[in-house]
Amino acid sequence: MHIPDGYLSSEVCAVTNVGAAGILGYAAVRARDELDEARVPLVGATAAMVFALQMLNFHVAGGTSGHLLGAVLATVLLGPWLGMLVVSVVLGVQAFAFADGGVAVLGANTLNMAVVGSLVTAAVLDGTKALRARASGLLGVVAVAAWVSVIAAATATSIELAVSGTIPLATVLPAMLSVHALIGVGEAAISVAVVASVLAVRPDLVDGRRAAGVPA
Amino acid sequence: MRLGIFIGLALAVAIALATLASPFASSSPDGLNRVAMDQGFDEAGTLHPVQEDAPVPGYAFPGVGGDRGATAAAGLAGTVTVFLLAFGAAAVLRRRTPRAAPA
Repeated sequence: MHIPDGYLSSEVCAVTNVGAAGILGYAAVRARDELDEARVPLVGATAAMVFALQMLNFHVAGGTSGHLLGAVLATVLLGPWLGMLVVSVVLGVQAFAFADGGVAVLGANTLNMAVVGSLVTAAVLDGTKALRARASGLLGVVAVAAWVSVIAAATATSIELAVSGTIPLATVLPAMLSVHALIGVGEAAISVAVVASVLAVRPDLVDGRRAAGVPA
Repeated sequence: MRLGIFIGLALAVAIALATLASPFASSSPDGLNRVAMDQGFDEAGTLHPVQEDAPVPGYAFPGVGGDRGATAAAGLAGTVTVFLLAFGAAAVLRRRTPRAAPA
């Protein structure tokens, strides 16, 4: 879902760049409180995993593919503030080193794929504390958050395209939502698989488990 | 499982996915690219001037023979780069965190 330069107007680029910079700055301040000794290397490992999984485009339908966004995965492991920072690092490297996703639109891509997903996940986790007390419940919550985050990211992207005058919202939104409803299922499956793997060996490293009040 | 072993294992899995699996990933356009093509605004996409000199454009590592080899090398380079960047940024962020003096 990486927007290249040229799709968005300069006004939308300016607003989204300022907005993304402000939110990431706030996230960095909040993330300092959440950074304990174990989390420093986990931040690196999560970024590596999100980058690698984003390369694995999976077939969805009619000559179309999708790939993981990763904000849900990063947020369940690290909390929303570190989570959105991790995905932002990945998006920055992709734009500058791999020419994947534009530079002027980096703020928009950061909002869509990092910030929106992390905040959606935080909201879903917050509303399901009792459910998350069991590992199976947490995995169900992860699946729902993953699907909703992809839909939310597709909606944000559609709005940015429409406000830019690139394409009317009534045209782009249904098209984006119908294909991302399928891609969201892939996001859910991959996120659940990774979180289940971490739960199996180091459940104490899963923030979504910690925040449910389960002793490590 | 000790933390160091867990982190090493996670990094190894990420590198394996980015090098061994990525050459076989779908090369079809992703959801947004598909919509852009179908709705006719894909040609609006441009490369930013700083991206003209991107070291690994389009996930193909320059100078590595074969499409699959170039993709695998790009995956390795990218995975290690984001690991080090994110690890380093987290270490700096933690060091700058004010901590209460021990009682």
